[in-house]
Amino acid sequence: MNRAGLFVPLAVFALIVGFGYAGFKLNDPHVLPSALLNKPFPDFSAPVLGAAARVVGREDLLGTPVLVNVWATWCPTCKAEHHELMRIRANTNLRIVGVNYKDDPVKALRWLRDYGDPYEFTLRDSDGSLGVELGVYGAPESFLLDASGTIVYKHVGDINPRVWQNEILPILERFEVDVNG
Amino acid sequence: MASQRFPRLGWIILAGACALFAANYAVAAGPVDVYEFPDPATEARYRALIAEFRCPKCLNTNLPGSDAPIAKDLRRTVHRLLVSEGLDNDEIRAYLQERYGDFVLYDPPFRPDTWILWLAPVLLVIIGLIVLIRIVRQPAPAPLSDSDSARLRAILDDE
Repeated sequence: MNRAGLFVPLAVFALIVGFGYAGFKLNDPHVLPSALLNKPFPDFSAPVLGAAARVVGREDLLGTPVLVNVWATWCPTCKAEHHELMRIRANTNLRIVGVNYKDDPVKALRWLRDYGDPYEFTLRDSDGSLGVELGVYGAPESFLLDASGTIVYKHVGDINPRVWQNEILPILERFEVDVNG
Repeated sequence: MASQRFPRLGWIILAGACALFAANYAVAAGPVDVYEFPDPATEARYRALIAEFRCPKCLNTNLPGSDAPIAKDLRRTVHRLLVSEGLDNDEIRAYLQERYGDFVLYDPPFRPDTWILWLAPVLLVIIGLIVLIRIVRQPAPAPLSDSDSARLRAILDDE
């Protein structure tokens, strides 16, 4: 065996380490790639939290870009995210619609009363079936829809100032949406 | 005598390890939902189908094996699609894949970006065979010359 051949095991080892690094470090296995990205937001019909007689559907999300935020009172990360949603609501004119996911409406209404309500309206998804339509597997998750109702961005986890600045704002700029007007 | 008892101990350990391994699968039977089925064949289809899908929340548990709320919701969804809407197996697979991506399928589809998953094991077996054949076919080493055998004997005698 020539001398170069002696390095083959080292090269194989480096390759395995490289795959391991890429597989375990670069990809967070808890964040699934969204299957619905660049697809239309699914058709649905859901009652509005706090106004049970009012039922909304996909057409109520069209016209301008809208951030659809899936949340629940049992979700601690949603509490952390709430502050940022309130800030977005106060400082921009981006529409935010809530999806109250597998939650108790009484608790949900109390949450919005105590911490503030950043949502234009909140859909009730008490059994999680709208969540299944959206490929939701936890909370919080957020979808950004363009004016025609296509999902242009999905975020698993909380929306914080960094996500807003680095991920959501650039997309809104790309669609030439001025949310600061 | 002790040396004869040792292999038996080895067998006991091996049997124990196998039992633990099997117990792993027994435990994986997981939570039981109560659903109505029109006939046993549909129920069998339901059981086979939910075992095909991976729970999106729990990384490596299938739907029947998980008591995560999302796994329960997806089992309910599969039941609804199967019993109430009468979809066939492929339509149900497509339904879940459209919403949760390839992740929910334990068998990823064969596509240009996934072929390496399917072909890598075959490729590795072929590489292994090539290496094995080359090792087996290596010519036997030349017999030692008289002076080399004398040196070898001297080294061994030193020990």
